[in-house]
Amino acid sequence: MMRYLLPLFAFMVLAAFLLVGLTLNPRQVPSPLIDKPAPKFQLNHLHQPDQIMSSDENLGKVWMLNVWASWCVACRDEHPLLVQLARTGIVPIYGLNYKDERNTALQWLKRYGDPYAISIVDSDGKVGIDYGVYGVPETYVIDKKGIIRHKQIGPVTVDSLEKTIIPLIKELQQQA
Amino acid sequence: MVRQFNGVMKAAAFVLVLFLLIPLTGWSKEAVPVAENPEVEKRMLLLTENLRCLVCQNETIADSRADFSNDIRREIREQIKANKTDPEIIQFLVDRYGDFVLYDPPIKPTTFLLWFGPVILFVLGLGSLIVYLRRRRLQIEDVSLSQAQLEEAEALLNEDKKGKNV
Repeated sequence: MMRYLLPLFAFMVLAAFLLVGLTLNPRQVPSPLIDKPAPKFQLNHLHQPDQIMSSDENLGKVWMLNVWASWCVACRDEHPLLVQLARTGIVPIYGLNYKDERNTALQWLKRYGDPYAISIVDSDGKVGIDYGVYGVPETYVIDKKGIIRHKQIGPVTVDSLEKTIIPLIKELQQQA
Repeated sequence: MVRQFNGVMKAAAFVLVLFLLIPLTGWSKEAVPVAENPEVEKRMLLLTENLRCLVCQNETIADSRADFSNDIRREIREQIKANKTDPEIIQFLVDRYGDFVLYDPPIKPTTFLLWFGPVILFVLGLGSLIVYLRRRRLQIEDVSLSQAQLEEAEALLNEDKKGKNV
């Protein structure tokens, strides 16, 4: 009996591994930047190009950094959610306009709404590399001490906002 | 009138033939080097051949034409020009993208299974094969024939020989 059951058992183990493998997303590469200080930047504003924003300005508050571009189709999917989130005033969202043209970016914000406290411009993608950006949109949650606590690769969804991002932000806001 | 036309045609033909004498090769220029600095390019290529493009995950950054790879190549060129060493550049990328960018991941506790898993599987397979073969050998009993059986077998064999000779 055992000699017949053993191959069946081995097959079931193999099948279970393959089944789990199917549900994994190879695009979700864990970022080494989680729980590390957010890379510092000094970037020009999108709306007033003569103004410069430094990442240090946000020390002492929990904030979100959303990497987007007008050429990015998936950004359009998540955008209404960001606009809604901004309206609730739970957390300030900063937009990193990644490798984009100023005019098309401004038009895009006019058409789809502007959820960003400040939009900053990373035209050559240098800050993007510092943040390990490889698939726009990407969203970072950064705590009061300037530490990256969460990275969402790809568009934020209702699910990811409700289950992960908003609870995390509320928890981080409680911390000193 | 016709004669005059013929004259024009002849002149045109002559000019056309003259055109054929223009050496075409004279127009081409020497190939422009792909990169301004071939040495930087060579080092960059060597480095990127072992780096994974995160957008198109089965391509190296050296092979990939994705925007992401273009940016990384530009970044590496700049760092080479800034006199960074190869390990420094690799570390720069690993800090940002994790070990996943390396086609040659370092040996550390999280990658033990990756590095040694195949060896473990091989040893397990070999072990069970040896055990199986040993057991099978034990199961085969040493069969010895009795005298009567031997004679019978010999008789059968001889019969066969006779049959062939006929």
